[in-house]
Amino acid sequence: MSTSTKTIQDLTEQEYKYGFVTDIESETVPRGLSEATIRLISEKKAEPDFMLEWRLKAYRHWLTMVEPTWHNVHYPPIDYQNIIYYSAPKQKTAPKSLEEVDPELLKTYAKLGIPLAEQKMLAGVAVDAVFDSVSVATTFKAKLAELGIIFCSFSEAVLDHPDLIRKYLGSVVPYSDNFFATLNSAVFSDGSFVYIPKGVRCPMELSTYFRINAMDTGQFERTLIIADEGAHVSYLEGCTAPIRDTNQLHAAVVELVTLNDATIKYSTVQNWYPGDKDGKGGIYNFVTKRGRCLGANSKISWTQVETGSAITWKYPSCILQGDNSIGEFYSVAVTNNYQQADTGTKMIHIGKNTRSTIVTKGISAGHGQNTYRGLVKILKGAANARNYSQCDSLLIGDKCGAHTFPYIEVKNSTSRLEHEASTSKIGEDQIFYCRQRGISTEDAVNMIVNGFCKEVFRELPMEFAVEAQKLLGVSLEGSVG
Amino acid sequence: MLEIKNLRAKVGDREILKGINLTVKPGEVHAIMGPNGSGKSTLAQVLAGRDTYEVTGGEATYEGKDLLDMDPEERAREGLFLAFQYPVEIPGVSTTYLLRAGLNAARKHQGLEELDAMDFLSLVKEKARLVEMDESLMNRSVNEGFSGGEKKRNEIFQMAVLQPKLAILDETDSGLDIDALKIVAQGVNKLRGADRAIIVVTHYQRLLNYIVPDKVHVLYEGRIVKSGGKELALELEDKGYSWIEEKVANA
Repeated sequence: MSTSTKTIQDLTEQEYKYGFVTDIESETVPRGLSEATIRLISEKKAEPDFMLEWRLKAYRHWLTMVEPTWHNVHYPPIDYQNIIYYSAPKQKTAPKSLEEVDPELLKTYAKLGIPLAEQKMLAGVAVDAVFDSVSVATTFKAKLAELGIIFCSFSEAVLDHPDLIRKYLGSVVPYSDNFFATLNSAVFSDGSFVYIPKGVRCPMELSTYFRINAMDTGQFERTLIIADEGAHVSYLEGCTAPIRDTNQLHAAVVELVTLNDATIKYSTVQNWYPGDKDGKGGIYNFVTKRGRCLGANSKISWTQVETGSAITWKYPSCILQGDNSIGEFYSVAVTNNYQQADTGTKMIHIGKNTRSTIVTKGISAGHGQNTYRGLVKILKGAANARNYSQCDSLLIGDKCGAHTFPYIEVKNSTSRLEHEASTSKIGEDQIFYCRQRGISTEDAVNMIVNGFCKEVFRELPMEFAVEAQKLLGVSLEGSVG
Repeated sequence: MLEIKNLRAKVGDREILKGINLTVKPGEVHAIMGPNGSGKSTLAQVLAGRDTYEVTGGEATYEGKDLLDMDPEERAREGLFLAFQYPVEIPGVSTTYLLRAGLNAARKHQGLEELDAMDFLSLVKEKARLVEMDESLMNRSVNEGFSGGEKKRNEIFQMAVLQPKLAILDETDSGLDIDALKIVAQGVNKLRGADRAIIVVTHYQRLLNYIVPDKVHVLYEGRIVKSGGKELALELEDKGYSWIEEKVANA
């Protein structure tokens, strides 16, 4: 065995850093899914009738659907009756301030590097912390409220802002959208809600931190962000879960809406537990994310760094409805060991002069399989629509795979589309060249991978970019040799 | 500085180096010549620590240390530099970024402080001038889209920045036109010094018109079959490698 192989193997044995379990008493609903489960969830949240009706409509529709099989990921059948659909840390009453939040929970977030005490927070980031099925704390709420910004848990929004929920819930991802989104619509338990009023530029980054703790539970959160006319917001999302032998399902829905001249920038660093090096355990991440540029001159930009999960299945998309609206998708997806990712985007051009940009970087190592799947659709009315797509794949080792499925549908001849794609491999030659210049194998791989991802990292907010680079290093440790 | 004794190496089942003996002292420039397939590049790669080749016998001592026991990066940090025959492209990583990481790894290894961005920048600018390299090249991805000549010049530029004690130039002249050859040779000559040894591996004599060696060795079928002064290179040029082949056959 060469020395480089050995170092790499030592490093792979490093554990997933966020794999601990918080010992906290939870309140759960019985395993399995039925109308009764849904009524129970709705009741626990004291939801208004319209919400329960919507959930039941979704559930009844879900019963008629079959799980999709068109994707390039493989997993044993999921037993939907063996999942716990709701789990919440037990608290006597809803916490009114951070002082009332269970100290065990605060400790969990501190351990994850997400301090919730506002005075200790990094200036400029407000956090909503979602633990299993419920939101446990939202920081900086009062300060944001002064500007008319609503940033709260989804459950609170249902109770306090039912008009906005009724108007926008399902307006981008309808309850009947797809198998996993429909399941989410029936059982979603919490998530974040953001409303930025007319003309307001949100003065800080808003973020939600999702944490799965309880065993055998699914996490079904729902996020809805509305940027009213001329509003601007940057939103970050982070995720982790404990190490477990069994697979856990995460089926989230994110809906974004921008009105005239509004902008939403949505960044994700997804680091759910990926499973061990033999592919045991890990999160099944089946997520539907979509934004609707409803107003003219509005913009939605997705940036994602997907390093975790056993399976990632997500296609953050933009419906470019308003004239001159802009959609962007920047993605880094890493699959190491036995991870599988099938990810990409859909850009649906409806309005005139709409523009979209797609830049994706897929990195496969170990036995990882990485698929880019994307659709660019130009409808009849989308005069002068433009799209630029660039899909690059990087292979490390010879047991992994990269696949690209770009779909294009054009119904307007004034549109212009460009597509570029490349596949490269980190070769022994490149590594040896770097080592001959004094750089260790690990540093060489990091350097090459970071160089490869530069265009995407540039889109991330500063602190997130640093985090993403580090994460990438950890995810790929042990991939060469 | 470098002492090689009876060095043997193979790739797969094929033995390529069959007992190399070579002593290089500080300040010396040695040329290793030989026909294609004689093992010249293998020797260069083995000295740099490439693990495609398996060392099957002999020893190599570098500054009193067992060279063969060191990782490639450790050899580099100890001041051994290889100018590659086929420099690789590394998309997304600029030459300056690569060099800064390499130089600072070496400085750290030697117990020196790392160079900050400003000091590093002035160093690379100075060295770029020394080897007449266009500054825009060093901010581009390593060798990506470079012409053959630019790649070779980039190797010499990196050597200038890293200031090795022992530099091995593997067929640095191949693929260069005469103008590029002169520029590269001038760059190398400026880096000659009392503390620095250089091993020039080449098939042709013409590079040695510009980089005049102290000693010339002829490598043939994995062994050094003849050594001499700079005039040996001229003799070889004159008589061709068949002269060596005959000599070996008759020996």
